[in-house]
Amino acid sequence: MNERVPVLSVKDLSVEFRTRSGVVKALENVSFHVNRGEMIGIVGESGSGKSVSALTAMGILDEAGRVTQGSINLGGLDVLNASERYLQEMRGRDVSMIFQSPRTALNPIRTVGKQIGDVLRRHGSATRQTVRAQAIKSLMSVRIPDPERRHDAYPFELSGGMCQRIMIAMALSCQPELLIADEPTTGLDVTTQAAIMDLIKELAKERNMATVLITHDLGMAADYCDRIVVMHAGHVIEQAPTEELFLKPRHPYTAKLMKATPHGEGSLDDIESIAGGLPDLRSEHLPPCRFSARCERHEDMCDMPALIADEVSPGHMVTCRRPL
Amino acid sequence: MNGSTKIRIIAGRLMQALPSVFGIIVVTFLLTRALPGDPAVYFAGPAADEKSIQQVRESLGLDKSLPEQFLIYLGDLVQGDLGVSVSTGFPVAEELWRRLPASLELTLLALIFSISVAIPLGIAAATRPNTWVDQVCRLIVTAGVSLPVFFTGLFMVYIFYYILGVAPSPLGRLDIIYLSPPPVTNFYTIDALIAGDFELFFAALAQLALPAITLGTFTLAPLARMTRGAMLQVLSSDFIRTARASGLRRSTVLYTYAFRNALLPILTTLGMVFSFMLGSNVLVEKVFAWPGIGSFAIEALIVSDYVAVQGFVLAMAILYVLLNLTIDILYTLIDPRVGLDS
Ligand SMILES: Nc1ncnc2c1ncn2[C@@H]1O[C@H](COP(=O)(O)OP(=O)(O)OP(=O)(O)O)[C@@H](O)[C@H]1O
Ligand SMILES: [Mg+2]
Repeated sequence: MNERVPVLSVKDLSVEFRTRSGVVKALENVSFHVNRGEMIGIVGESGSGKSVSALTAMGILDEAGRVTQGSINLGGLDVLNASERYLQEMRGRDVSMIFQSPRTALNPIRTVGKQIGDVLRRHGSATRQTVRAQAIKSLMSVRIPDPERRHDAYPFELSGGMCQRIMIAMALSCQPELLIADEPTTGLDVTTQAAIMDLIKELAKERNMATVLITHDLGMAADYCDRIVVMHAGHVIEQAPTEELFLKPRHPYTAKLMKATPHGEGSLDDIESIAGGLPDLRSEHLPPCRFSARCERHEDMCDMPALIADEVSPGHMVTCRRPL
Repeated sequence: MNGSTKIRIIAGRLMQALPSVFGIIVVTFLLTRALPGDPAVYFAGPAADEKSIQQVRESLGLDKSLPEQFLIYLGDLVQGDLGVSVSTGFPVAEELWRRLPASLELTLLALIFSISVAIPLGIAAATRPNTWVDQVCRLIVTAGVSLPVFFTGLFMVYIFYYILGVAPSPLGRLDIIYLSPPPVTNFYTIDALIAGDFELFFAALAQLALPAITLGTFTLAPLARMTRGAMLQVLSSDFIRTARASGLRRSTVLYTYAFRNALLPILTTLGMVFSFMLGSNVLVEKVFAWPGIGSFAIEALIVSDYVAVQGFVLAMAILYVLLNLTIDILYTLIDPRVGLDS
């Protein structure tokens, strides 16, 4: 099997939101890809555009959002130009997504088994007669004890960790080629976090599935991902194989992140040592490098337009005029 | 949750309704005593002297103390006796029972009208915010709130009966050329259908149309607004995003996922709307000479027939309690979480 086939590849993607208080330039020139059987991590502070990237790739961007440029290729499909009907069929079958706070991510007044069944029925993997058995099989595959009984439970009757297992069962029920996990362990306790991540990793390996893990937690990204994409204020500022990124970060922002969490431990939320916050993405004149206001290495040349990503070593891209 | 716990929860709700029924009995009793005008004076007639007024007072039991009157009243109630209307001479219970189907038929039809317009409108507005559907929804909401019921009623009569002549004369449940159908439910439309008389069915429906639309119109607003709001809120919730991310069909997302959840706040509003309707019934029945319990109450009120008024208020209050009970039960059936967190 060819490991180098990208399942998802995003190129030069820019997304804006029209809001009452102005146009939010949420993404600009975002490029990344994920290969079959690979797990990549997207890390960045809150508001850096991780979720927007994922939702755009799924074709379920909010109504207010507009893609202004770029392309998204998902298993050969041109997502941005595909019809809604086609995209609907693709979602849940070829690409699935799980979210944070799994308890609210499930329909509160429908049994979890039925919700899995809805997905199975939608994508033609089950008939009315077989749907229950197949839903139970999905529950078994994520190692939910007593799946027969859990099939008929409502989300409020289950713990957060259990609900996330249900979400995973639902997402993987139709054997997708790509799973996007948007902060799948936020809000769960530490032991459950590890259990959920181990489960995702294991299932991904078993199925040779590509996985995008969106997280605040550098340590988690280091533990589970083959490559890491670092985002800041709607830009991808650096991406590299995990080890290389931790050993030789080239972007000042990444370097600061690494210094703040020396052994790849802890979450980006705890980082206070990086001065300033994200720039206001609604402002008319955002600098080419959106990190410049917070950067100690900032010089006049940084404010020249047309900042592009450099491949500093194979598979290691940096978007900086003065990399380390 | 299984069936038997649901039945237990519903039985519990029934028990909880009992204290409110007792409270209502006390309040109606006291309220009617507080009405202006001395019924004894009224019914003794203008020529009566002190002595005959006293006689009437005694025959009505008004000379006894309040607690005594209350106990007698309670004893009668237990036997289903609401007293005798002093103005018509008939037992109040009988009178209400005879008129209730007319009011219920009208109110239910109004409710059906209101639901079948407001809910689709609210859903359409929520799924296409800021389009023309949404504007129409807003217009109706504003109009519905600002037009008083009697105005809508008279306006409709003026347009559809007087100007256009498409509606029958607004005088009661059936045009005088028809005989009422053999009574089964005492809902004329249903009884006509049971009798297989379609002409009669349409005649009864024609009489119902204007008052039902009048009554329904002012409840369109709260219902459409709540549907729109609840749908908008549900549509932006996490589980809808999950449903969309799973590729579920738009119709599944909209109805099986979103609408069923939105139904919970809509049901609450429906209960409110229904009780508004029970109240406005009085006015609408007056405008359309509808022989329901509302017009009965107005007539009784005008002549200080407090026995009848008391019976009416009690009947309405019990209807109201039953209504809330029904809503509670529906809630329990829709939402698996009900009863467990309380
Ligand atoms: N529906 C929307 N309307 C307007 N702006 C939006 C919308 N969704 C996202 N944004 C904006 O886009 C930017 C990126 O948001 P995004 O949700 O992708 O961040 P994130 O990296 O996922 O953050 P977090 O870690 O908090 O989930 C933010 O500035 C946010 O305010
Ligand atoms: Mg996010």
